[in-house]
Amino acid sequence: MIEIFNISKSFGQKQVLYDISGKFEKGKPNLIIGASGTGKSVLLKCIVELIRPDEGKVFFDNRNFTDASRQEKIEIRREIGMLFQGGALFDSKTVEDNVRFPLDMLANMPRDEKQDRVNLVLNRVGLQGANKKMPSELSGGMRKRVGIARAIVNNPKYLFCDEPNSGLDPQTSIVIDELIRDLTTDYDTTTIVVTHDMNSVMGIGERIMFLHQGRKLWEGSKDDITHSGVKELDDFVFANKVMMAMKEKGQF
Amino acid sequence: MKEIGRYFIFLGNLLTNRESFKTHYKLVVDECILIGIDSIFLFILVSSFMGAVSTVQTAFNLVAPYIPKYVISQVVREMTVLELAPTVMAIIFAGKVGSSMAGNLGTMRITEQIDALEVMGINSINYLVLPKIIASLLMYPMLVVLSGACALLGGYIVGNVTGILSPDEYIYGIRYMFNPFTVTFALIKSFVFAFLVSSISSYKGYYTHGGALEVGISSTKAVTTSVIAILLADYLLAQLLLSPA
Repeated sequence: MIEIFNISKSFGQKQVLYDISGKFEKGKPNLIIGASGTGKSVLLKCIVELIRPDEGKVFFDNRNFTDASRQEKIEIRREIGMLFQGGALFDSKTVEDNVRFPLDMLANMPRDEKQDRVNLVLNRVGLQGANKKMPSELSGGMRKRVGIARAIVNNPKYLFCDEPNSGLDPQTSIVIDELIRDLTTDYDTTTIVVTHDMNSVMGIGERIMFLHQGRKLWEGSKDDITHSGVKELDDFVFANKVMMAMKEKGQF
Repeated sequence: MKEIGRYFIFLGNLLTNRESFKTHYKLVVDECILIGIDSIFLFILVSSFMGAVSTVQTAFNLVAPYIPKYVISQVVREMTVLELAPTVMAIIFAGKVGSSMAGNLGTMRITEQIDALEVMGINSINYLVLPKIIASLLMYPMLVVLSGACALLGGYIVGNVTGILSPDEYIYGIRYMFNPFTVTFALIKSFVFAFLVSSISSYKGYYTHGGALEVGISSTKAVTTSVIAILLADYLLAQLLLSPA
């Protein structure tokens, strides 16, 4: 479980996050949603301290990450897997080398065992046989899947996904969403997904935090999202024409 | 001042939370190939022509008949060893290798590859930058020695082919009143310049923000700042090590 308390962040004069607190539970996908430029990715990066928040604290399973020593932070970070928006694959390495990288750097296991683990996770994300391809040879969806494989190869306790569906077609998006949900339940990870895709929200949104202009306005599940009573959330949800059509048909 | 402070913090991070020797060994070898082997042709080409042009221009300026011809090669030697091989080639090194380092790290930054390393608990400065600096410190002095030899050879060939001075005169001039400390001085400069170019260029690339345009800007700034640092360090080293007082 990850807990955040009173996270605030400014860049110069512009405040991006205002006093955000919340709890992200284990074994189910936790979504952070909101329109573009509302601070979702900044919040995610504040949680893993790729961006240092101005105020607030983050706890990973009751371990204070914000005030931890450098070495303690490294230890916690080694339990984290992260999927970046563009995949963040290392251009000079093959798919296999990219996926094996966390094992080479962090795990103490024989080479054969590493190879088995790499093949296992590549199979898990449906990329068997793509071992020797270079990132430049992959489609957007494949890059995301390699990114997921790299994120989970080390059996992380915490999985972070920054816009896993951006730039993907709807079918591939569903595949990625289902993969994230299955990995979360199978490996019992604490998963946080940043998205603005309503398909993802309705597909895997078991716990949802809605941000608007850097403020948390609502928290709940996909079952409650259509009758939250929060105008900004309604505007966001029903900006999707399918959702609007369903609303007009009285399905909510 | 803030920028200088951040540069020194960046240098401090090079040696904290280090990766294993085995990891660095492979990375250093890869960087040596990129920095050293891939630069050999350019260094041979530029320095040979520099030596040749220096010979012709020195001969053009020595018009008095009572000045012996071997002075031409003596002047070429001093110019090459003291300035052309270590300093002018450092500027070319900054243009080729420095811009490449900044571009490479800048691209890794904007495509979140550096963030990916950090999130794994890897010190990205140590992992990415230290091998570049070590490889530069290993390869650039060798390139300077190669460059000096090629420049002197270029001068020898041009002097001989054009009849400016005979091979014997050229060799005599090269050896006449040779002070071995000039070579030591050139090597000291080469280590300092290699460190400055690799660390400044890496720093500029590492802290790139934005997109492809900013990567280009970082590369340009890396070269400009490296060249300024080279020229300042060149003067300081000359003042410290060659000043008669």
